[in-house]
Amino acid sequence: MSSPLLCVSRLTKRFGARVAVDACSLDVSEGEIVVIIGPSGCGKTTLLRCINHLETPTAGTVTLRGATIAGSERELPLLRRRIGFVFQRFNLFHHLTALDNVAIGPERVLGLPRAEARRLARAKLDRVLMTDHVDKRPAQLSGGQQQRVAIARSLAMAPELILFDEPTSALDPELVTEVLDVMKSLALEHMTMIVVTHEMSFAGQVADRVLFMDAGAFVEEGSPAQMFSSPTQERTSRFLSHLLR
Amino acid sequence: MVRLPDEPAGHVADVLTFDWSLVRYAAPLLAQGLAVTLKISALAIVFGTLLGFVFGLLSVGPVAPLRWFVRAYVDFVRGTPLLIQVFLVYFALPVVGINLSEFWAGVVALSLNAAGFIAEIVRAGISSIELGQTEAAKSIGMTPRQVLTFILLPQIYRPVLPPLTNELIALVKGSSLLSVISVYELTRAGQAIISERFVPFEIYTMIALYYYVVISFLSWLSRSLEQRLHAW
Repeated sequence: MSSPLLCVSRLTKRFGARVAVDACSLDVSEGEIVVIIGPSGCGKTTLLRCINHLETPTAGTVTLRGATIAGSERELPLLRRRIGFVFQRFNLFHHLTALDNVAIGPERVLGLPRAEARRLARAKLDRVLMTDHVDKRPAQLSGGQQQRVAIARSLAMAPELILFDEPTSALDPELVTEVLDVMKSLALEHMTMIVVTHEMSFAGQVADRVLFMDAGAFVEEGSPAQMFSSPTQERTSRFLSHLLR
Repeated sequence: MVRLPDEPAGHVADVLTFDWSLVRYAAPLLAQGLAVTLKISALAIVFGTLLGFVFGLLSVGPVAPLRWFVRAYVDFVRGTPLLIQVFLVYFALPVVGINLSEFWAGVVALSLNAAGFIAEIVRAGISSIELGQTEAAKSIGMTPRQVLTFILLPQIYRPVLPPLTNELIALVKGSSLLSVISVYELTRAGQAIISERFVPFEIYTMIALYYYVVISFLSWLSRSLEQRLHAW
């Protein structure tokens, strides 16, 4: 078996005395889709943020194809650009149009000529069904549209995997589907993804593996079918019973 | 008020009459002073704004000692009167071997003062942009410098403009304090006429008008610039 794409090893994050992430280990293979579920405040988001060092871990290591993700703010950018990150609150650049939000990475970070960067951005916006809105600014877009632009922004960097941090929890219910549909289409193309979400039907349809996290640690993992129908841990079943009710 | 019949009718009028011939005499002299005020203010606006932006960026930058320096600098500038800062630059700098003319001492004092306040305005402007955008920029691999250049700076101009205008207006007004180190600016030019002819009412009124016109122009410029800058 080939070595995993991403290795998270005993990753720990403390905020003062509080342990947000407690020695979590996780290997993700190429093309794998991992869904992390768990009660709010259990450390899912912190774990994701530690993977690309938006949050500096207190201990533990993360490696991407053997390259350790660590170092100064000068060294990290070269590693970070290989990992996409989709935020709960989209975090688009307010002063730029949808097109420029997506093109700015290829142009400024990858150094593509402007015309080529914009061509690439246009293709990625087509990919997330935002063709008609390329010239709008974030303030003119709905939450679902903004999130799709944010996904296109990640895609434009040709990432080796994408981390999704509750990508639909800031959206109105009727806008959730359009974002999940885009994520499902990425899954069909075997994009490697780690998704923190409460969308159980999404997890059931696309996840190769579901991890349940509580109090900063992984409690249980398994296939979606196994996790949702017959969890072995009491905490897992209690959480799922609340969610699936 | 009961008017006494034997009081000469012209007396009250004399005191209140604005001496228009004086206006013709003073206007060109005050204009010379105004030219110096404008020159000093313009130079101090340029240097103060540049230095203020540099200090503001340092105060959110990665180098801790530089952040402390800016912190202390801003504290000092805010915590001492401009008049004293003017004296310090004019009288204290020669002690350490730096000799500046009155004009340049004035430019330096006003620039250093404005830089302190502008640093704080720039720092606040940058902090007002949600952290999420910085994180998103980092996540696509931008370096801190790229985040600043392409994401943060383009977004601060509009929120920074109104407080910056206030500061620049304060700077123009503050330039009147340079009269105490005998820079021949607007206020000093007026005082020269007053001491020669003892006509404080007319001259101070004229000085006030001159300042008012300059500052109104600045306000107008800022407002029209603000309208032109993109809101998102």
